[in-house]
Amino acid sequence: MLIQGKAHKYGDHIDTDVIIPARYLNTTDPDELAGHCMEDIDSDFLSKVARGDVMVAGKNFGCGSSREHAPIAIKAAGIAVVIAESFARIFYRNAFNIGLPLIESAEAAAGISDGDEVEVSLEEGVVRNLTTGEEYAFAPITGIAAELLEVGGLRERVRQQLVGQ
Amino acid sequence: MTITEKILAQAAGRDEVRPGEFVTCKLDLVMANDITAPIAIEEFEKMDAGQVFDRDKVVLVADHFTPCKDIKSAMQVKLLRDFAHSQGLTHFYEAQTGGIEHIILPDKGLVLPGEVVIGADSHTCTYGALGAFATGVGSTDFAAGMALGECWFRVPASRKFIFTGQLNEWVSGKDLILYTIGQIGVDGARYMAMEFAGPVIERMDMAGRFTICNMAIEAGAKNGIIVPDDTTLDWVNSRTTRDFQVFRSDEDAQYAEIYEWDAGNIEPQVAFPHLPENTCGISEVGEITIDQAVIGACTNGRLEDLRIAAQILKGRQVADGVRCIIIPGSQQIHLQATREGLVETFLEAGCLVSTPTCGPCLGGHMGILAAGERAISTTNRNFVGRMGHPESEVYLASPAVAAASAVAGKICGPEEL
Ligand code: SF4
Repeated sequence: MLIQGKAHKYGDHIDTDVIIPARYLNTTDPDELAGHCMEDIDSDFLSKVARGDVMVAGKNFGCGSSREHAPIAIKAAGIAVVIAESFARIFYRNAFNIGLPLIESAEAAAGISDGDEVEVSLEEGVVRNLTTGEEYAFAPITGIAAELLEVGGLRERVRQQLVGQ
Repeated sequence: MTITEKILAQAAGRDEVRPGEFVTCKLDLVMANDITAPIAIEEFEKMDAGQVFDRDKVVLVADHFTPCKDIKSAMQVKLLRDFAHSQGLTHFYEAQTGGIEHIILPDKGLVLPGEVVIGADSHTCTYGALGAFATGVGSTDFAAGMALGECWFRVPASRKFIFTGQLNEWVSGKDLILYTIGQIGVDGARYMAMEFAGPVIERMDMAGRFTICNMAIEAGAKNGIIVPDDTTLDWVNSRTTRDFQVFRSDEDAQYAEIYEWDAGNIEPQVAFPHLPENTCGISEVGEITIDQAVIGACTNGRLEDLRIAAQILKGRQVADGVRCIIIPGSQQIHLQATREGLVETFLEAGCLVSTPTCGPCLGGHMGILAAGERAISTTNRNFVGRMGHPESEVYLASPAVAAASAVAGKICGPEEL
């Protein structure tokens, strides 16, 4: 799958409270959640983001609360992939469980600037910064994470497992 | 092997596991709350799972927005209640029958040493204080846990934190964990197990140990854990007759890193906005006035915490213009605090005493901050907007420091009163 879109860049330790503030967690509706995504640190995010865009961040992205509303809000806002230097572990599981791919690459995270046009090939394991012409290789997603992307998330994986039993 | 590795090996039916390996473990308990369960219930239904794997081992706790703050939260709690009834769950708790999840689950004897627990709440790592492997997951992992009774894990490497020496007056478990996070950073134990040990931990009561393990996630850890000892066993045996197994780390267990700190060098700690790693000792805080003090949450809403707060607030008055909100962690704790006269002490000092709830800890309700307001809080997170307006500020500290600050109207330790 080839992803192409504009980069929305943030810093280190972006926590799930700023991705989706708790005051909006009285709903599970993805579009409603997306409507408040990032608003506490970037009130322009929603007016800038387009379907297929890429979120880029520093280290420990998604730290804090286990709220799955965070990757759900990011995905429903239109973000197709998140590239970061590193991810917090619960967020990492949650993202793949709902079919939002994540790429861990310190080079790409550092080399991409806000607003750059970025192309990502998950299969090839390469991020291309179309604005600067730079390319970053990353280790292709394997194991359970790849399996989850393949079947479309954990719900489907469990459903198939239950049917098999 | 470490205690964490031994528990995971046993639950995976293996003799041995090593850090980095993937294992599938049998689950002893799965838990979710009024924020995370609604998504999970939808997912569970779409999985066509029918029945939960074991109706005694699925726990739902409505605590974040309860007593329900608005119609949407009420609908979410109703969803939990209806699901619990239709599935015949043994354990469904809401405000009047429970309290904050990470306080009531151990209190009710639902988590025991050696068990494997996942909870759709990041502070599930609290139960590691009992010598269990407990970790936070999201809603879909919890739904899968409800359906299958198992979960996959990557075995974490362990870091060991040894506290020696003697605790200074007014220094508690909260200060030790804030100090630890200040040293290693909010991603200092990312994906790892944090094992706490040493004579200071051995002398510490369970309340302090829960506080320490509660905040392991604030260093990015997968779990926090303390090897069970007599304190643990006395506590557990007074709450359950169920069988359990005690695991201990081997003498030659492998740790990614071992830290040893003399607790005598640690003073009460305060974490400045907007990360729990921004810590300093109380003597270095400077002049910081406050609008609100919050004493409660799964970190510090236990009876022992309230006793310390009452000790400081007794015969004193909360400073003019400061709202001091005390939130007992459970109905049981509220009742006991009333019997002991703590609630009276709080009311006489000019505090507000709330029914158990997560409330302001996550900016839900019952004490939200306006732009520019500042709170000292015994909760565990001080992220941007955590307690309300994105331009408000939260400083994290122990119950002793929060209570003293409420009296002084600015951040200070009890010794300065
Ligand atoms: S008290 Fe705060 S940290 Fe604890 S479970 Fe509730 S919201 Fe989460």
